[in-house]
Amino acid sequence: MRGVFLGAALTAVVLSALILYTLFKGTFDFFRAIEWDFATLADSGWYPRSSRFDLRTIVIGSIVVSLIAMLVAVPLGLGTAIYLAEYASRRVRRIVKPIVEVLAGMPSVAVGFFAVYVIAPDLVSRVFDPRQPKNMLVAGLGIGLLVIPIMASVCEDALAAVPGSLREASYGVGAKKVTTVFQVVLPAAVSGIVAAFIISASRAIGETMVATMAAGAVDTAVYKGFSPLEPGMTMTAAMTNAVGGSDQAAAEAPFKVLFFVGFLLFMVTLLLNTIGDRYVQRVRQKY
Amino acid sequence: MAIANGVSTVADHTDTESSSTVSTTTRPEVRNVSEVSLSTTAQTADSPDDSAPTVYDIEDLGVYYGDFKAVRDATLTIRQHEITAFIGPSGCGKTTVLRCLNRMNDFIDTARVEGTVLYHGVDLYDPKVNSTEVRRRIGMVFQKPNPFPKSIYDNVAYGPRIAGMKKKSELDGVVEKALRGAALWDEVHNRLDASGMSLSGGQQQRLCIARAIAVDPEVILMDEPCSSLDPIATSRIEELMQEIKREYTIVIVTHNMQQAARVSDRTAFFITEINKESDRRTGVLVEFNPTEKIFSNPDDERTEQYVTGRFG
Repeated sequence: MRGVFLGAALTAVVLSALILYTLFKGTFDFFRAIEWDFATLADSGWYPRSSRFDLRTIVIGSIVVSLIAMLVAVPLGLGTAIYLAEYASRRVRRIVKPIVEVLAGMPSVAVGFFAVYVIAPDLVSRVFDPRQPKNMLVAGLGIGLLVIPIMASVCEDALAAVPGSLREASYGVGAKKVTTVFQVVLPAAVSGIVAAFIISASRAIGETMVATMAAGAVDTAVYKGFSPLEPGMTMTAAMTNAVGGSDQAAAEAPFKVLFFVGFLLFMVTLLLNTIGDRYVQRVRQKY
Repeated sequence: MAIANGVSTVADHTDTESSSTVSTTTRPEVRNVSEVSLSTTAQTADSPDDSAPTVYDIEDLGVYYGDFKAVRDATLTIRQHEITAFIGPSGCGKTTVLRCLNRMNDFIDTARVEGTVLYHGVDLYDPKVNSTEVRRRIGMVFQKPNPFPKSIYDNVAYGPRIAGMKKKSELDGVVEKALRGAALWDEVHNRLDASGMSLSGGQQQRLCIARAIAVDPEVILMDEPCSSLDPIATSRIEELMQEIKREYTIVIVTHNMQQAARVSDRTAFFITEINKESDRRTGVLVEFNPTEKIFSNPDDERTEQYVTGRFG
């Protein structure tokens, strides 16, 4: 029996290694296949089919979309966590917490639909009058919704880990509830909150479906600066688009670039998750 | 009604000798001094000094958690600059009663109080009373040392800061005074920036006492403050209590009868009543008397059995 379980464990390890190998190899092939012409690389535009790989376009796309998502998710997620951990009665918490956790498991394609058919026409287009209904703001808001439950759930764990004795100490010298939350509980939970932030950021950067559906760019995206009201393309969306709509030869550079982008994403999220885990562990050790 | 208005600040409270005068002058008209002393002389006849002003008049106090009655019929009087000890077996409600004295039970959703807790004649559970101000005036030291994960300085400065003190020079003075008051200054004055959690258990508990006295309360409630400390640290805290009782009124819950006998002026003895039908335990105050009497010639037989170690 032992061998069977070992086999199961090894499969996961081997597959992870294989994925990594594929990404590395593809990245390597990509760099060999493209012509190292700086003018081409810095050209303004992401047109893989014309062999124009302006990575700036999709990197900035990812940054803008993720930033918007975090602007939504951090205050709402942290606010939810503070409410649940510090203010909600036991009964309310028993009802609200599972709902938040169900939201965390919501399929991203559903959120993508919501972004395209509700957020875009009813919110963004009404308020900002963008050139195009789908744009980076819509995608960012959608991803923000998707990330709120993660932010809320990890933050709530961090706040719940702060011992009640610290709250009592604060009340004991005449602090109000709100003072206690901001001056004692949040500072004591700061490493867990940072962890929540990092894990959420990693999730926002890696989120694919909403970005592909709602950010606006279809096959190509042109670098037009930082404005969130412009259509844009994230790194993840670039990969999806190229795979989904690809009919060109797989050996060519346009296809191989996906491996490179995938590799970049992997490195960014790996880095963020590693830092996030560090912080989570620090929370566990402290009390 | 100063508590209800919440007007008093740390600044006009720094002179500890004046705190009794402040409270007397701000006492509402509902109950004058002579009434208070009349009702209390009837209760305790012996030494210690029964002319000491009353701080708390607790009458028929009962506490419920949900529909479970944790304590019933506690009636006692707590006097200024005395140490009052609550003793009794586990689950007898002594901590529950202590937590009623600064409304710390407010944070337990299901807790409910009946009877009256008069603090200088003011009903602490009057809806008009500002419970935050109550806790500023009535400090608390807990069973386990619970310093904030902040520096020693910030731990002590926390209370004065939230009360509005901002000037560094003033805060420095208050922090030093509180740390000296808690007999910790000499050990930490050159490392005030170190984390409060880096101190030893006994030092942490003295830091918590410093944090409590930094807001210059009138009363300090101590909930088994030495239960997690070794004998040396315990005796330091006990010495400290003797020193600070000149300035503060202290109520201490203790498991340790010797400690009650050593430090306190009066002792309240609680027991646990077991309801045979529901198997629920309710704490009852059996006897409240000068400590000397409790330990030598108690009125109640159950007290005698307990203090001589024959039960509990």
